[in-house]
Amino acid sequence: MTEIRKHRSDTKMVPVPSHSIVPERDVNEIPVLETRHLGIEFGGLKAVDDFNLTIGKTEIAGLIGPNGAGKTTVFNMLTKVYEPTTGAVLINGRDLHGMNIVQASKLGIARTFQNIRLFDKMTVEENVRIGLHNRIKYDMFSGMLRLPRYWIQEKRQHEKALELLGIFGMQDLADEEAGSLPYGAQRRLEIVRALATDPKLLLLDEPAAGMNPRETEELMENIAKIRDQFQIAILLIEHDMSLVMGVCEGICVLNFGKVIAKGTADEIQSNPVVIEAYLGKKKEG
Amino acid sequence: MTKAKRKRLILNLVTFALVIAAYIILQSMIAGKSISRSLRGQLVPICAWIVMAVSLNLVIGFSGELSLGHAGFMSVGAYTGAVVSGWLLHAQNMQDTTLRLVLALAAGGVMAGVAGVLIGIPVLRLRGDYLAIVTLAFGEIIRSLVNVLYIGTAEGRLHLSFLNKEMPEGVQMLVDGAKGAVKIKPIATFTAGFVLILITLVVVLNLVNSRAGRAIQATRDNRIAAESMGVPVTKYKMMAFVTAAVLAGMAGALYGLNSSTVVPTQFTFNQSINVLVFVVLGGLGNVLGSVISATFLTVLPEMLREFSDYRMLVYAVVLILVMIFTNNPTIRAFADRLFAPLKQLFRGKKQAGGDAK
Amino acid sequence: MIFLDNLINGISLGSIYAIIALGYTMVYGIAKMLNFAHGDVIMVGAYVAFCGLQYWGLPPVAAILVSMAVCTVLGVTIEGLAYRPLRQAASLAVLITAIGMSYLLQNLALMIWGANPKSFPRTFINSSIINIGQLNVSSATLITILANVVIMVALTLFTAKTKLGKAMRCVSEDRGAAELMGIHVNRTISFTFAIGSALAAIAGVLLCSSYPILQPTTGSMPGIKAFTAAVFGGIGSIPGAMLGGILLGVIEIFGKAYISTELGDAIVFAVLIVVLLVKPSGLLGKPMREKV
Repeated sequence: MTEIRKHRSDTKMVPVPSHSIVPERDVNEIPVLETRHLGIEFGGLKAVDDFNLTIGKTEIAGLIGPNGAGKTTVFNMLTKVYEPTTGAVLINGRDLHGMNIVQASKLGIARTFQNIRLFDKMTVEENVRIGLHNRIKYDMFSGMLRLPRYWIQEKRQHEKALELLGIFGMQDLADEEAGSLPYGAQRRLEIVRALATDPKLLLLDEPAAGMNPRETEELMENIAKIRDQFQIAILLIEHDMSLVMGVCEGICVLNFGKVIAKGTADEIQSNPVVIEAYLGKKKEG
Repeated sequence: MTKAKRKRLILNLVTFALVIAAYIILQSMIAGKSISRSLRGQLVPICAWIVMAVSLNLVIGFSGELSLGHAGFMSVGAYTGAVVSGWLLHAQNMQDTTLRLVLALAAGGVMAGVAGVLIGIPVLRLRGDYLAIVTLAFGEIIRSLVNVLYIGTAEGRLHLSFLNKEMPEGVQMLVDGAKGAVKIKPIATFTAGFVLILITLVVVLNLVNSRAGRAIQATRDNRIAAESMGVPVTKYKMMAFVTAAVLAGMAGALYGLNSSTVVPTQFTFNQSINVLVFVVLGGLGNVLGSVISATFLTVLPEMLREFSDYRMLVYAVVLILVMIFTNNPTIRAFADRLFAPLKQLFRGKKQAGGDAK
Repeated sequence: MIFLDNLINGISLGSIYAIIALGYTMVYGIAKMLNFAHGDVIMVGAYVAFCGLQYWGLPPVAAILVSMAVCTVLGVTIEGLAYRPLRQAASLAVLITAIGMSYLLQNLALMIWGANPKSFPRTFINSSIINIGQLNVSSATLITILANVVIMVALTLFTAKTKLGKAMRCVSEDRGAAELMGIHVNRTISFTFAIGSALAAIAGVLLCSSYPILQPTTGSMPGIKAFTAAVFGGIGSIPGAMLGGILLGVIEIFGKAYISTELGDAIVFAVLIVVLLVKPSGLLGKPMREKV
């Protein structure tokens, strides 16, 4: 564990928060995300139950738990892919109730996917431009008739897309077909695409899955960099503990759809309930 | 300009250049009377089928939804065109054929667009196979409805009746139930068809390479991801669907006004499949491909008459083989390896050319 | 009495739809594809039975059995040659292939048997008229309804009790998991096509016994309507196919009788559209959720 701690001191980050999962620096702001008693049932089975989480304006939080704990289901409820059965999701104090995926996105929530969902047949740049869809606009007729507005806005989209790709140094890949990129690059592209929507809250679903240790380390640094640069909150699901412990200021542990622990990396690592959930109960005698 | 953009621009220019060149060559052949009569008669239908194929490609290739009722929109356009043209002639005594043709085409497009909206609202909520089968159902419903539709004009007014033929005395019938649209004055011209193709190409190619077009393609590649990025999927599917319907309606009006009658059986499910074959063979999402395959597959059966019995049989086999070859990873890899030397040759040439510069 | 007459005719027509719908619903449940060519397998079945009766002088039962055998082989061949290579492909590609297959069958039939409609011969199925009170019912009507009930019961028992039936349910539930459990997925899918196609042969004979005009396009309209029935009842559900088929048959006959003969087909399709909008999972189907 000393390794992880060392790493944490290496990366430049905003001060680690105290007990609360909401960092003190955001204490006077409306939290970016607040869930109240969030729950969902699939055919009588409670996949997630009484899920409460608050994330401050520029916090990096982790959502961990064994497989099947309901982590991705939480993401799906936050982004309105699934309609929660109980409870409420508030983004910047606004209730998502009755909204669809698109409206949730417009409120400032963006995500990546566990099983990568890029627009495979489109180029890398075009993927990012879809992220810019609601930021740099022009209507259909300007496009069909190539009116001046088309040229102006296309240029802006192009420049913005390249700027965003620059975060991961991916400008050179702009013309490649997204589906033909290597795995790690696809994961990074998903993050860029999500950032293009100008989110307040970025949800990353296993961003390091399939990456080698070097790539993971780079990603870790980039996550902190993204937060600092864009001043956004990030909630990530991850199985790679070195990443979670290294970058997350607050961690929430989910098991069988219920929150079993919340706190900082140190607290989580020493929490017996968490250890039991991951490793199983110690046999008596 | 980026590499991908330049490639796309060149392809689009080639498409336009080919269409314009073909028009000029054919026009000069017509002027020099060196064109066969059968080909001459085929010119307007070819234009109509090209527009049909390109517009269907917008729905299947770019929007990624299989529409099996495209012929339905064509029939809406053909009937509307025939009625409007007939009404303008008989009731309004408009003798200018060009103006009549333009108005008829516009009306055909508008009516088909309205039908597209009405059908699109329920249909585009569905996905995949269900969407395909419902567009098929709508195509058949349109066909059944025009089968019992009677429209006539008398004393400057349009009379419309449904199921029963109830018309005043001295009426000039425009649409006569199962007999179809009757006594049409054929006013469609090759030039009109050519202009319609140009309009179609401008609309489709510009749409595809714009913000809306990218949104349409994103919904095709991954619906959930597109929605998560804030793209209202249904709106853009609708945009593609209705645009295609309008173009199909105009193609229908052109096609209808090229002959003296239009009957409901001309626009069956089989015609929708015919256009589907054009699109699949030309390549999904490949506009130039649609233009070329629509042209050849319309001309070819006329040229090889003895072959025409087997046409649909060959189409069927082609559909199956193209799908298997483009979608089975093993066979695809095999085909890629087979054509690799050829591709290498092309690439080598290109590179050599680049170096020379 | 006309009402009762129509009702019985509707149930009979609906029974044919139900038997065809079974082929759609089982294949859709297991291979997750719309086998567009299913309607044309019916047509082939009817033609083979027609040949058996007319040219080869077979007794009716033997003709039906031969037709079932031919259709079974045909169904399995279609699956193996055209659909199996596309198991991992997008549904658009599979559907286009299936449409191509449908056209191939129709055009092959056109080449073999010609475009002229053939009149399906009389057999024990449609030879007599049975009087029940004041009702005159054709024997074909009754036999169709009876066959439908027998097939439904047999198939329900089959999927519930036998090992193969259970394998079919497993594959339809989760193909990957079934494979891991040692179920031969390809073999199970082939088998499903075999059953569906054998039933299509029966449906073909029953269809032509009630409506004795046989031509290469005979199967396409009933095929599409039967798919409508399968969706109506809830795709993937065997009782749903029966319910959907019968309801659709009754709706069609009543629509033709009381609204308009010409608009009969339009009414059937309107039903499909309304069902898909109001309850896309059908009457007895389970709603599907996309995994994200």
